[in-house]
Amino acid sequence: MAKPILEVRGLTKHFPTRRGLLGRTGAWVKAVDGVDFAIHEGETLGLIGESGCGKTTTSKLILLQERPTAGTIVFEGRDIAALDGADLMAYRRAVQVVFQDPFSSLSPRMRVRDIVAEPLEIHTDLSRAAIDARVDEVLGLVGLTPDVAPLFPHEFSGGQRQRIAIARALATDTRLIVLDEPVSALDVSVRAQIMNQLEHLQRTLGVSYLFIGHDLATVAHISHRIAVMYLGRIVETASSEALCERPLHPYTQALFAAALPSHPDDRHAPTTIAGEVPSALNLPPGCRFHPRCPAVMPVCSQVEPVLQSRDGGEVACHLY
Amino acid sequence: MRSVLEVADLQTHFFSFGGSRVVKAVDRVSFTLGEGETLGLVGESGSGKTTTCLSIVGLVPRGGRIVGGRVLFEGEDLTRKSQRELRRVRGRRIAVILQDPMASLNPLFTIFRQVAEPAFFHQQMRGRTLRARVQHLLTAVRIPSPEWRMREYPHQMSGGMRQRIVGAIALAGGPRLVIADEPTTNLDVTIQAQYLDLLKDIQRETGVALIFVTHNLGIVAKMCDRVAVMYAGKIVEQAPVRALFDAPRHPYTRALLGAVPKLGSKEPLYSIAGQPPNLARLPTGCAFHPRCPEVLPRCAAEEPGDFHSEPGRVARCWLNGQAHP
Repeated sequence: MAKPILEVRGLTKHFPTRRGLLGRTGAWVKAVDGVDFAIHEGETLGLIGESGCGKTTTSKLILLQERPTAGTIVFEGRDIAALDGADLMAYRRAVQVVFQDPFSSLSPRMRVRDIVAEPLEIHTDLSRAAIDARVDEVLGLVGLTPDVAPLFPHEFSGGQRQRIAIARALATDTRLIVLDEPVSALDVSVRAQIMNQLEHLQRTLGVSYLFIGHDLATVAHISHRIAVMYLGRIVETASSEALCERPLHPYTQALFAAALPSHPDDRHAPTTIAGEVPSALNLPPGCRFHPRCPAVMPVCSQVEPVLQSRDGGEVACHLY
Repeated sequence: MRSVLEVADLQTHFFSFGGSRVVKAVDRVSFTLGEGETLGLVGESGSGKTTTCLSIVGLVPRGGRIVGGRVLFEGEDLTRKSQRELRRVRGRRIAVILQDPMASLNPLFTIFRQVAEPAFFHQQMRGRTLRARVQHLLTAVRIPSPEWRMREYPHQMSGGMRQRIVGAIALAGGPRLVIADEPTTNLDVTIQAQYLDLLKDIQRETGVALIFVTHNLGIVAKMCDRVAVMYAGKIVEQAPVRALFDAPRHPYTRALLGAVPKLGSKEPLYSIAGQPPNLARLPTGCAFHPRCPEVLPRCAAEEPGDFHSEPGRVARCWLNGQAHP
């Protein structure tokens, strides 16, 4: 595999909760708490976890919408916290995002042409004609015809809007696209179209994806490697095939047990985990998963496990 | 098996522009549901699955009207009942669970008051009996320490707990039929699995019939005995769940099954071009023909009827031979 395009080391984001009249800082919400992963060129890394596990905060840190409390993000060999001026603009040009809901992520008052051209107008000094040509080109890449350019977003269905959002993300010479649940809001038949389109674009353009999702089957289908997140930490990373074949961490196993069958005769182990995700404000001591873990041991409530290499992947669990 | 619900030729239309435009949201839908049976009503957005359910309980929104067909519930035609009579059916013998538990619960009332309401109105329970009943219901949906939790308000609960409380309200009147409209869409996967298992347990204990409205075929595979697939207001295929997954008869069902990623498989997804049609401007003939990969010349001109290939199986498609009306 090629060298990593993006490397995240010890990434941490704690949010303060304000208390009282004077807004003194009370407790800290540890949304992301020491996350490591790497994305290689032309690769899709799936980031999976339940709501509140920190996957969206991770994406915001990569997109520079939030400043990390600690840790570094290295893009193409350079720490992005140190970037400024033209280098920072180059980073923003190279890393783009597609959000979950195409009904709120496209301005209803802008034409498709202007939506897709906006990153080009900000980031390049192309002439108007060159921008128009580029807009037509990226619209073609996502399977839309150039004659949609003068239309407004309300004239499109959910799937077509998501194509427009992908075209906008591709307009600058994008190296990495953060896909934050890009198909969750779409109908089943349209979902498959967008997934196939994304895979096709990756094959032809060599762009990398960080695919954030909560549906195991969808994430496993599109990703080369998967990182499983629980309460601000990555508990397991593995190649998509290895993870599906042999999930190691008890939380990953629980996610597989909870996954819906694809046929009425598929029967998973009936052991689904009890309870709900605890609040990130009040983390359990030791391993964060131990209060819900079916394989809990005495050590789990005292020592927090770290990610260790195992069978080609990494897992953070005292069982291994 | 005794049938609890029999929907025959149900038609619900929406009228706009003074009646000059008619949208056939539910177009001649028929199905039956036996005691303790679970029917999955599957379709994409705008296929009419929610309107079908609202028509059953007489809650069609403004602008819409049931223009034909029957809804026989325990032998009575609900379409002929007044709202006043329906109020005695809803919440007691038929319960509805909606998608968003936060919108179904009143933020200003305690959990006790909301769970107690059906028993208070329909069964005239009061005082200690009522309190015991609420406690029993909350225990049945596995709310921890119910005597303490029922004094709290919805905002103090997690999403999964709220949806379980909505479930407790649905069960309060001792219903024979529960209609669940995408009840787990907003829940996390592990919470969703817990909730679905809970619904199954309750069904085993009480023998209640379930209609499960969903776009998720995984939920259908897990929960349902029979499936009805809806497209553009019509049921295009109806079959027992195994038969549908093993040998789908309608190209739309085949496409839906192929479009869902299977765990551990990297095979390319089968995708159908285009998107579900606008009900106000339906194509001629079969509504699916512009997207159908197996389209025949007659599909654009003539609408297929119901083809009964074997008992319990119906497909509306010309590929299935001769019609037996």
